[in-house]
Amino acid sequence: MLINASLKQLSLLLSEKKISSVELTSEFLARIQTLNSGLNAFITLDEEKSLAQARDADEMIASGRSMPLTGIPLAQKDIFCAQGWLTTCGSKMLSNFVSPYDATVIERFNQAGLVNLGKTNMDEFAMGSSNETSYYGPVRNPWDLSAVPGGSSGGSACAVAARMAPAATGTDTGGSIRQPAALCGISGIKPTYGLVSRYGMIAFASSLDQGGPMAKSAEDLALLLNLMVGFDERDSTSLQRDIEDYARDLEKPIEQLRIGLPKEFFAEGMSTDVASAIEAALDEFRKLGATFVDISLPNSKLAIPVYYVLAPAEASSNLSRFDGVRYGYRAAQYTDLENMYKRTRAEGFGEEVKRRILIGTYVLSHGYYDAYYLQAQKLRRLIAKDFTDAFQQCDLIMGPTSPTVAFDIGEKCDDPIQMYLSDVYTSAASLAGLPGMSIPVGFGKKDRPVGLHIIGNYFKEAQMLNAAHRYQQVTDWHHRMPSDVKA
Amino acid sequence: MQWEIVIGLEIHAQLSTRSKIFSGASIAYGARPNSQACAVDIALPGVLPVLNQGAVERAIKFGLAIDAKINSPSIFARKNYFYPDLPKGYQISQFERPIVEGGHVSIQVGDREKTIRLTRAHLEEDAGKSMHEDFHGMTGIDLNRAGTALLEIVSEPDMRSSAEAVAYAKTLHSLVRWIGICDGNMQEGSFRCDANVSVRPLGTEKLGTRCEIKNLNSFRFLERAIDHEVARQIDILEEGGRIIQQTRLYDADRDETRSMRSKEDAQDYRYFPDPDLLPVVISGEWIEHAKKSLPELPEDKRSRYVKQHGLSAYDASVLTVTRELSDYFDQTVEMLPGQGKLSANWIMGEVSGRLNKEGLEIAQCPVNPEQLAGLLRRISDGTVSGKMAREVFDSIWSGEGNDADAIIAAKGLKQISDDSEIEKLVDDVLIAHPQQVADYQSGKEKAFNSLVGQVMKVSKGKANPAQVNSILKRKLSE
Repeated sequence: MLINASLKQLSLLLSEKKISSVELTSEFLARIQTLNSGLNAFITLDEEKSLAQARDADEMIASGRSMPLTGIPLAQKDIFCAQGWLTTCGSKMLSNFVSPYDATVIERFNQAGLVNLGKTNMDEFAMGSSNETSYYGPVRNPWDLSAVPGGSSGGSACAVAARMAPAATGTDTGGSIRQPAALCGISGIKPTYGLVSRYGMIAFASSLDQGGPMAKSAEDLALLLNLMVGFDERDSTSLQRDIEDYARDLEKPIEQLRIGLPKEFFAEGMSTDVASAIEAALDEFRKLGATFVDISLPNSKLAIPVYYVLAPAEASSNLSRFDGVRYGYRAAQYTDLENMYKRTRAEGFGEEVKRRILIGTYVLSHGYYDAYYLQAQKLRRLIAKDFTDAFQQCDLIMGPTSPTVAFDIGEKCDDPIQMYLSDVYTSAASLAGLPGMSIPVGFGKKDRPVGLHIIGNYFKEAQMLNAAHRYQQVTDWHHRMPSDVKA
Repeated sequence: MQWEIVIGLEIHAQLSTRSKIFSGASIAYGARPNSQACAVDIALPGVLPVLNQGAVERAIKFGLAIDAKINSPSIFARKNYFYPDLPKGYQISQFERPIVEGGHVSIQVGDREKTIRLTRAHLEEDAGKSMHEDFHGMTGIDLNRAGTALLEIVSEPDMRSSAEAVAYAKTLHSLVRWIGICDGNMQEGSFRCDANVSVRPLGTEKLGTRCEIKNLNSFRFLERAIDHEVARQIDILEEGGRIIQQTRLYDADRDETRSMRSKEDAQDYRYFPDPDLLPVVISGEWIEHAKKSLPELPEDKRSRYVKQHGLSAYDASVLTVTRELSDYFDQTVEMLPGQGKLSANWIMGEVSGRLNKEGLEIAQCPVNPEQLAGLLRRISDGTVSGKMAREVFDSIWSGEGNDADAIIAAKGLKQISDDSEIEKLVDDVLIAHPQQVADYQSGKEKAFNSLVGQVMKVSKGKANPAQVNSILKRKLSE
């Protein structure tokens, strides 16, 4: 079945000309037409543009210029600037912003001949864990329409889970790829900070933001990562490293693998349904020959407070450019310059974005900087050091991606702290700049998906993908799709 | 009461990089509004800054030239505030760990030398321009200048008069051009001064409350603004008032300063390290490279001129006002060993005077160092007198000839220095003017000058005056 095929299978069909990119793209566009009104995974669709790209891809294939994944359609998180596409970042502030340029990630996909299927919904400026902060309305979880898909890359997670796209891009600042992947039962990886260029990816918290792929399987993630990773001279934090093939170790046995289990991730907070799915997954790894080591990440309990000082601090500054002067939303009525700023930003930003701008402004203010921002930076180093120590004893760290399965739409809207705790397991790796991924490992309460969180040491993406792939070879969670969207 | 004036300057020098400090856009002056503002300068969503290494290199050169510490790593920070011509809502600047820390320059005030200490110099980007005219009550924004590389140079409050402040500003203005990091064009805003001014009772230690005066784009304005501000502050204090810390703007048209904002309105800029830019690590190798690319510095040149060419400190400082002038001197004197003083006199006198008169820079001087040296050589060997030399100089200047020797020959300006020839002229004059001879011999000294004049006249001014003098004296006493 085409919609559940792996990227490898689709590539083979394309290169053997058993299907054209136009046909493939049309098939997914048709599914989006049917399903998107109920799920709200996409903000912008442009059939004409998508099909034009598909025709170009078919030409590349016909003329023998195809590259790996040429002709594959991909859903793009609406945080990536794509030339000629409305790029909203989920905000009213950019509701009229058509990007005049391509993000590096988009450019790399374009050059490889992939097709942009559309721009996916997301929490406003990537601030949220449920996709409810989007100006364009909440995204629904395809496994249960009353549940959230997670966030901030909720639209991308939903699109892949509902098989409206073979794969998608996401971005992760404190868990925004991994948590929605977990809640929607798909696979997603946030690479080591600095591997994927941030150029053209609208900034939330620059020192944490990292783009990555979201797909059905670890194998698909590896192939997409091969296209996304690479040095970019336009991003000063981009790392200059030798190119690696992230798919090279997929089939390696994992008998020697030492898996670290942080006691802090298996303590109170994790719900029992999640705990039993995780236990079952770890059993599979045991059967595959992995061994387990008890480890401790004593400072990880500080990750959420540290994250919610540093990320808002950077965001408060990053979002200053949205002032109504040069592009984007500007209030219709104003009396003078200051009033224009105030009204534009009061009307253009949603509640959660305003809350974080206020927190960020506060922690950077004179007299508070040392107590909050500087202190948080020190703790960030301690959190990172915990991981460095842990990786002396193990190769990978595993635990739950999220403490609970997807919660109901509206359930945590009025309680920001509860919402922030959704990222309790993911934000520590973000602060350390480490790669993290989530893979589906079963179902919990109300048959909602559970994700296993895998954290690797710096640049150990291939090893993480290897472990995940071996697991996916002996399980079929990643093949499952929500029944009512199978149509 | 006697008051002591205390001044510190902040100078913004626009660095002579081809492109902006964090983007590839050009910084050429005078382009159509917003034609030199790229995606990064406009601060489109998603764009990122990339540091121009040329700006760092220029800052290092400056640090080396003032004997300062070069910080490594050096950190870029965001200075957050809202203004329409500040596209990102923050300026990328430096706060902690500026690239240059400390250092000093020596300034010449009259014939007195004084050392001024520098606090720091840091890299930052310029903002755009707001244009309030021609937009029918609205404001136009031109972002061509946004992102231009600036070096903000902050001095210690070491200056005690407007004259010292001007001397310091001029010294830095000369230095940044000397080492080739800034074109120094003050009309175009490439070199701008802000002055921090306070006064205190003479003999006291505690600094008075200061006011910052902005927008000083000429040395004359700098001097006048400080003088006005000092008078204003002293008036207030002598009437029992209190100085309020504030930022004041100098209005050149009205020749006065007026308040822009007081400390109470001071913004909290919420500085924090820019997460888009890595700390700048400056290797010893990089510093060595910068050191090697530095020309001989003005202070070193001055002391060499005094030592090697026997020039006065004053002459040495005049010749080192610009690197081009000192190079002109160096090239001239290289072809005329031992004639440093003669070369200096001519360059400061005839050459500079003529350049001033015609509004030319030394680089545009029609007489090149080789031609000047050729001419001065003929003065020093007695071929021409000073007066004749000026005639030859004029001829070269106006393009009548290329070479002093050729002009001297063509115009027959060669001085008569042959004793026997001069003796013959003297003899003729003595015979023709018996009355003057008699007058002289009867004790009228004045008659001697008249006889010299006659000899010069018959020689058409070409006789060597010194020789005429001695031969005439000898003949008259025979």
